[in-house]
Amino acid sequence: MTSVDFLNRTFRHWSLLPAVVLFVLLTIYPVANLFRMSVSTIEFTSGGEIWTFAPLTNLALLRADEVVRPAVINTLLFVVVAVAFEMMLGLALAILVAGVAHGKGLVRTVMILPILVPPVAIGSMWKLLYNYDFGIFNQALTALGLPPANWLGSTSLALWSVVVVDVWHWVPFVFLILLAAVEGLPVEALEAARVDGATRWQLFSWVMLPLLRPALVVALVFRTILAFKVFDEVYLLTSGGPGTSTELVSLHLYKVFFDQNQLGYGALLSLALIAAIVAFLLVGGRTLQAART
Amino acid sequence: MMGTPTTALRAPRAMAAAPLPGVGSGWIGAALLALSVLAVLGPFAWILTASFKYQIAIYSGEWPFTPTWSNYAEVLFGRRSDFLGNVVNSLIVASASTALVLIVGALAAYSLQRFRWPAWVTAAFLGWTLVFHMIPVMTLIGPWYVAFRELGLYDTRLALILTHVTINLPMTVWLMRAFFREVPREIEEAAVVDGCRPFQAFYRVALPLVVPGLIASGILAFIFSWNEFPVALSLTSRDLATVPVAIARFAQQYEIQHSQMAAASIIATIPALILMALGQRFIVRGLTLGAVK
Repeated sequence: MTSVDFLNRTFRHWSLLPAVVLFVLLTIYPVANLFRMSVSTIEFTSGGEIWTFAPLTNLALLRADEVVRPAVINTLLFVVVAVAFEMMLGLALAILVAGVAHGKGLVRTVMILPILVPPVAIGSMWKLLYNYDFGIFNQALTALGLPPANWLGSTSLALWSVVVVDVWHWVPFVFLILLAAVEGLPVEALEAARVDGATRWQLFSWVMLPLLRPALVVALVFRTILAFKVFDEVYLLTSGGPGTSTELVSLHLYKVFFDQNQLGYGALLSLALIAAIVAFLLVGGRTLQAART
Repeated sequence: MMGTPTTALRAPRAMAAAPLPGVGSGWIGAALLALSVLAVLGPFAWILTASFKYQIAIYSGEWPFTPTWSNYAEVLFGRRSDFLGNVVNSLIVASASTALVLIVGALAAYSLQRFRWPAWVTAAFLGWTLVFHMIPVMTLIGPWYVAFRELGLYDTRLALILTHVTINLPMTVWLMRAFFREVPREIEEAAVVDGCRPFQAFYRVALPLVVPGLIASGILAFIFSWNEFPVALSLTSRDLATVPVAIARFAQQYEIQHSQMAAASIIATIPALILMALGQRFIVRGLTLGAVK
């Protein structure tokens, strides 16, 4: 029996094997390891890692951590506001572009751009645009005779400046999903409503929105999940500052792991975050299913 | 609604007319459209001009300015810059992880689609890819860091490649499964009747038919790996830093070199632009080829 024969006879089994091995070693094992880490303190010495069983230390760290609260609140604010604006603007743009005779291809190509550009490059780009001394926004304000704003440096403004960047980044994504759906709307239904004398607003809210619901749900779910993960742009723009005004869950987690070197406590936070997301998925999934029927 | 009969008359295609009458037609629609294209391209244009300015010209906001290549020269070839090395690192990691994820992902997708796995295997595999895709990657970085240090893989390209393959695997499996579903089972069955072994049926019959899918998944995997920031930031030190990590370093220097940061961001965007230009054509060609056959 040649080795090629062996490959063929066992193909069914080994075809799935590499993916399973990769997932077990790099996702399932690490998640399991999070449990062990969350009840330990881990130190790196020249001799190697030293694990100490100390579950109460990490709980005490959690209780003393004053950043968690603002990070959770900021993340929720960020997700809700950014995703809401992205959905509204994306839908408006999709309806607008669907009705245009020329230039659709160009718009589509342009809109793919922000999705493919490195998020870090987008962060550094907007850091320049927001710059207090020479950024384009303050140049515009000065030209209008208004005082310049401290877009990223003021506690009241920074989070909203970050939200603007996220909206700029992701409206195109919502637009691309919804454009396909708007273009696929059945002409007859719209036509019938129009003949029956529906106003534009009635046409939109009673005919288009219900027909677009599946696509809207897909865009909403995708965006909500991705918005929770946001890290790169915010790391570049503010790194969570000033104070904790743009501190987000993922940023704080990074700092706990790598600035404070609290691997055990970071694992505890990670587990809490995973639990929160799984709970969100369960509740959200049930609500979605209820909404669909 | 005077427009209705005429649009209905010259509307052989679905949705030749605006979904909402009046929206998108006329100069208001055109102006809004131009405005949204400008809103996307404007920041890119601004950063592009900034990358050709001397630092002093950015500060003074002088216009017109004398363009200079010095920022690009300094970023790529300057004595104090590692950026060229970062580009090489990013290219190696992105190419290797893309090649690997295509092999592992295509095998797994084919296996799940063609072989009669028990239902729980398929459900568990696909379910886990979904959940893993939704968990912020930041939660796994801690255990990855610990494991790679134990194995002596911390700060190696291999660690980055493996993690990037893992991150991109869910997307690749889902995409490739959709493409394999389109391949008629009869073609492979005919090949097997003609004496083709299972692995040959996969490699010589099914795989060539899903090349468009491989190209589409490959492009996305390459771009995501090239753009990936938090893992590269946490698992590498200075020598093996990738392009996004290098850009973040620019932004965090004590005295930010804004013009060089702009040039580096533009360079980081180039692969996405090239692949987008190539990819759109490949995907369209692949689809039309399939239609002809």
